[in-house]
Order: sequence, then C-alpha cells, then structure tokens
Amino acid sequence: MKGDHHVILRVIGKCFIPLIVIYGFYVQFHGEVGPGGAFQAGVVLAVAIILNSLTFGLAPTMRAVPPVFARTLAAVGVLIYVGVGFWSMIQGGLFLEYQALFGEPPGGHDGQHAGIIIVELGVLFAVTGAMITIFYALAGRVGEIRDEDW
Amino acid sequence: MRELFTTDAGPALINIALLAILFIVAIAIARLRSLFAIVMLSGVYSVVSAAWYIAVDAVDVGYTEAAVGAGMSTAVLLGAMLLTARTAKPDKPFKRLGPLLICGAVAVMLIYASVDLPGLGDPNSPANTGAGMTYVHVNWYDTGVPNVVTSVLASYRGFDTMGETVVVFVAGLAVAMLLGFGERSLAETLRNTKKRSGKGKEGDA
Repeated sequence: MKGDHHVILRVIGKCFIPLIVIYGFYVQFHGEVGPGGAFQAGVVLAVAIILNSLTFGLAPTMRAVPPVFARTLAAVGVLIYVGVGFWSMIQGGLFLEYQALFGEPPGGHDGQHAGIIIVELGVLFAVTGAMITIFYALAGRVGEIRDEDW
Repeated sequence: MRELFTTDAGPALINIALLAILFIVAIAIARLRSLFAIVMLSGVYSVVSAAWYIAVDAVDVGYTEAAVGAGMSTAVLLGAMLLTARTAKPDKPFKRLGPLLICGAVAVMLIYASVDLPGLGDPNSPANTGAGMTYVHVNWYDTGVPNVVTSVLASYRGFDTMGETVVVFVAGLAVAMLLGFGERSLAETLRNTKKRSGKGKEGDA
C-alpha cells in the first residue's frame, strides 16, 4: 500500500472523484428535465465514495464518511419522502398530493416542482446511504482469523 | 451520429454486434471458474448492455444499468469475493444438463413470443397508443414538469416510488444487520494498520 506502484491510480482517482460527485449532483438536480433521477444520482454518489475507498483504503474513507452517517442518511432519506406525504396531508390534501403543499389554486405548479425536488432529495439520501452501508458491510467485514494474527 | 442511426442498416448492425458481445461474455462467465474474472466480466456485461439500451433509445435504463450494474454491483461483488474463495468449484458435467434444458426451453419460448412483439418505436404499438400517450398528453397541464418519466415516477406514482425507496433502505439495513455495520471491522482495520505500520488488508482490491 505504501509503495509507489499505485500512484497513477491515486492521482487519477483524486482527479475523478470530485467530477463524479459533481456529476451525481448534476443528475440529481437536473433529473426533472433530463434522463435519470435520484436513484441513479444516489448510486453515482455512492460509487464516488466507493472509488475513494478502493484507491485510498477503507479506513480513511470510513473516517471521512462514517458508517453511522451512511445509515443515518438512508433513514433520513426515507423520512424526508414520507414527511412530504404528511406535509401535504397537513395542508389539507391527500398523502403525497404535491398540489396541496403550498395550498395554491389549480393550475399552479410550484407545489409539484417543490414536491418532486424534495422527494427526489429523499430518494438520493436513501439510495446513497443504503449503498454505502451495503458496501461497508461487505468490504469492512473481517474475515476468518488468519495465521499471522495469532 | 444521428445519420448513422437513421439509416436502415446501422441500427440493426449495432444491435447485432452488441448482442453478440453480450452472448460471448455470458458464455465466458458461465464457463470461467475464477471469481475475479467473473466479477470483471459481469461489469463488462453491464457496460455492453447499457450501450445496447442507449442504442435502442432507452436512455434511462441504460444509465441505470451503467451506474448500478457496472459501478455499484461490481464494487459490491468485489467486496463479497474477498470474503470467500477465489475460485468456484467445478461441478459435475451431468449436473448441468437440467439447467441447460430449462434454459433452452425458456429461450425457445421467448423466441416464439418475440415474433408477436411490435417493432421498435412502432407508433401503433399498445405502449404508444394506450395509457402511455395519455400521460404524455395530460402531463404538462397537470404537473408542468418537462420530463414525463420524472413526473410519472414522482407525481403519478409517488406511492410506488416511496415503496422503492423503502425497499432500498430495508435492503441496506438487512445486509448491514446480517454482516455487521462496519465499525467493529473499522476498529480492527485501524488496529492492524497501526500494528503493521500501514500494511492493512484494506485497499488490496
């Protein structure tokens, strides 16, 4: 790990990981008008973090993005989605009826836009958190005790 | 690029080439025994099928396949491979006969059914004349969202998407509960890193 034989990989990873994150956010906030959406954006963001852990090691990545943060993010995402549903119910509409979010008259689309963006943010959090949690659970698992550990 | 796809022979040739690559990769996956090669080839399979989805104008599906199939599952499979042996056990030849017969029968049925499928992009196909067109017509007035796919997913089928989100969350939770959340192994990794001065087992993949 300390040798220089991974230096090209690391330099390229350092260049690409921010680009992948930016691309993920682009897909997220552009998802309303283009192909792709929060599910894909969430996976792209998770893949950026996974790439980081593949090139720079699992422990630094776990320090930067702790497992607690990942699974909390997943739960918060689901809560955001469900929360939008209850928000519209509090405003007098049906569950997940975005039209009722701001109580606007028929024909106004602000509620639709805001509702979709918030809901997709929830999906992004849930997918990113769940994917990172799955990766940590698989990659961070300690195998059987090896001979040299005795 | 556009001209290449609008000519008659172009799309057919591209489809045939991509599907042939898929077929070869699938055969190679079925015959290989080295798990690392199988994981890498499944990533290749995902990339090629993503290219094929884009060639048949299913950009959303192709994008998902590239992100999830090639990116995410390859990384997860690599992580899973580290927990097990590096090669698969060779199975006895006569044991493959049953699955082979079942696959052959399913292939024959699918090929038989594909004769009745409408052509690609056929405006008179049921998908383009039924409920799908209704959404396309009603969408702008209802939601004002330019992308019909997004408005169908988030507005018309908000419950469905909520269910999907919960499924993703529960999947992550289930895997983490079965395999451990990762902190304990993090502590282990840190201890190993300290003890062996950076010669931890992480990052070898």
